[in-house]
Amino acid sequence: MTTLLDVNNLRVRFHTPEGTVHAVNGVSWTVSEGETLAVVGESGCGKSVTMLSILGLIPVPPGEIVSGAATYRGADLITMPEEAIEDIRGKDISMIFQDPMTSLNPVLTIGRQITESLRVHMGMDDQQARERAQTLLEWVGIPDAGARLGDYPHQFSGGMRQRVMIAIALACAPSLLIADEPTTALDVTIQAQIVELVQRMREQMGMAIVWITHDLGVVAGLADRVIVMYAGYIVEEADVHTLYGNPRHPYTLALLAALPRVDARRERLKAIPGAPPNLLVVPPGCPFAARCDFVTERCWAENPTLTPVDDGMGEHRIACWVDVRNGGLR
Amino acid sequence: MTPPPSSSSDGQPLVQVQDLKKYFPITRGIVIQRVVGAVKAVDGVTFDIMPGETVGMVGESGCGKTTVGRTMLALYPATEGKVIIDGHLVHAARGAELMAIRRKAQMIFQDPFASLNPRWTVNAIVGEPLRVHNLCPDQKSRDERVKELLQLVGLSPRHVNRFPHEFSGGQRQRIGVARALASNPKFIVCDEPISALDVSIQAQVVNLLEDLQDRLGLTYLFIAHDLSMVRHICDRVIVMYLGVMVEMGDRDELYDNPLHPYAQSLLSAVPIPDPRKERQRKRIILTGDVPSPINPPSGCRFHPRCPIVQPHCSQIRPVWREVRPGHWVACHEVEPKYVPPQ
Repeated sequence: MTTLLDVNNLRVRFHTPEGTVHAVNGVSWTVSEGETLAVVGESGCGKSVTMLSILGLIPVPPGEIVSGAATYRGADLITMPEEAIEDIRGKDISMIFQDPMTSLNPVLTIGRQITESLRVHMGMDDQQARERAQTLLEWVGIPDAGARLGDYPHQFSGGMRQRVMIAIALACAPSLLIADEPTTALDVTIQAQIVELVQRMREQMGMAIVWITHDLGVVAGLADRVIVMYAGYIVEEADVHTLYGNPRHPYTLALLAALPRVDARRERLKAIPGAPPNLLVVPPGCPFAARCDFVTERCWAENPTLTPVDDGMGEHRIACWVDVRNGGLR
Repeated sequence: MTPPPSSSSDGQPLVQVQDLKKYFPITRGIVIQRVVGAVKAVDGVTFDIMPGETVGMVGESGCGKTTVGRTMLALYPATEGKVIIDGHLVHAARGAELMAIRRKAQMIFQDPFASLNPRWTVNAIVGEPLRVHNLCPDQKSRDERVKELLQLVGLSPRHVNRFPHEFSGGQRQRIGVARALASNPKFIVCDEPISALDVSIQAQVVNLLEDLQDRLGLTYLFIAHDLSMVRHICDRVIVMYLGVMVEMGDRDELYDNPLHPYAQSLLSAVPIPDPRKERQRKRIILTGDVPSPINPPSGCRFHPRCPIVQPHCSQIRPVWREVRPGHWVACHEVEPKYVPPQ
């Protein structure tokens, strides 16, 4: 598969009154054409900031992209002038967000909001844009699409609003869709509808997807490959079957052990002690050391880099000194 | 471990809810308000909770599960029906009796950010029930009790003079738990206590709730939309839809063998963190959204979204019936079918 987006050594900081927040600390990953990549982590792990930085959507200041490149089809999105990235954003790479109420404009009709990108990026006239918008709404499963173009966001339910967001994101047939926790605010029945919709859209349009979430359940059914982030670092990367079947980073293991299951019952959940670290301070060692079951002397002193695991599973990488299978060093 | 799930007959229930209804009026006009309709948030709910039991209440947003919890504790007056907690008729109680109920029945709220007063110290927050109910004779014994409570929920007693903003989400939820425990309650309504927390923290709080139940013999109503967590923590589960109960049963019976088409689709929608299983599952994907509780559908409220709907479903309201011991359902199509008494 051809690489569509190549993010290399991205570092992002925020300068706040309390000090410098080290949000993203040197992450590198790629996504190929047509691939679905899931980025998993808890709040504050840097998963959203990574995506927003790539698209030039973090406010500078307080934000600062310290280093890194994001190569999309040969061009670096990070150093690209604003006008150039405006041509890509919403056309080649589009994004859907967690809360469809705050990401839609409440005072514009949804017809106006869908046709905007069609007029701007595709140079359609009003009539063409309107027809296309209606087709898009029908595609994403909104009944009576033609009549609803004139409705405002508050006239739609949460799930319907997320469908409208998806229609806007797919309007220009992007090659990459970034979905930032698109189902977190929704009920599970509506979540299942949206996941199914995105999967169907992927089959029809063949775009690549980066799906950001904290829900390891949704990822299991959706992703080809998974990246686990913690405190601004990638701690594990593997294809979806390897990650669930053979996780090697203590954080991934702990996350999977902390999850209750609907298909079986565990006697007791294995909680992860403590809380995620404060990103104002950069510890010299591994950021997960304080909560880790496998912690060694070395973990406190040196932060491990992401290196391949030789389990014959191809691209399986972890950032850990320890071999979790026997407790010794790798 | 938690006591075994109790079936309907043995012992005396701690909590009884009988045909509870809660309508919120819809008014028109600014000065002279007229009632023009009602949001039927809860429309006839009946269940018992045995001492030491954890009953889960699940359903989509707007199904009335939070309103049930709040109305049970008299945070809202009931429109109809009654709630009996430990022998007290909740909505008839006034004065000292109401205070006694408030001491015995407490609540843990969803949002640990909104449910703690940001200007109060932990000492004041956790000590408030002690003050209100006069449970400690003096300031000194109250301070001691607050420290004891903080230790009980896994916080350091040294933190008594801190303010809520100095704690993380999980720690704040522990403060909320400590406050709920302060008056030595028997029964706690947990209203989505973990849904605002990160995955790694959720297990901490759930384990804490389980440990406290074992140590203190607490009884819980656990309201949640996370069906996996409900299976983990609850003995018995109630599924609600649009203000009514559609199915109730012992945990494993209900999860392994859901009977109501709504419960079936709800359970099939919950993702499983296992790629092989997840990709082979058959999902029953419901179309559309939950209808408005102002004008709930006639007959069975689920009929507009039901995958096995029959013509009579839109006309006749299904009877709430026990199809297997302890397993209740309200659906015309579940076998054995309901035969009206002659």
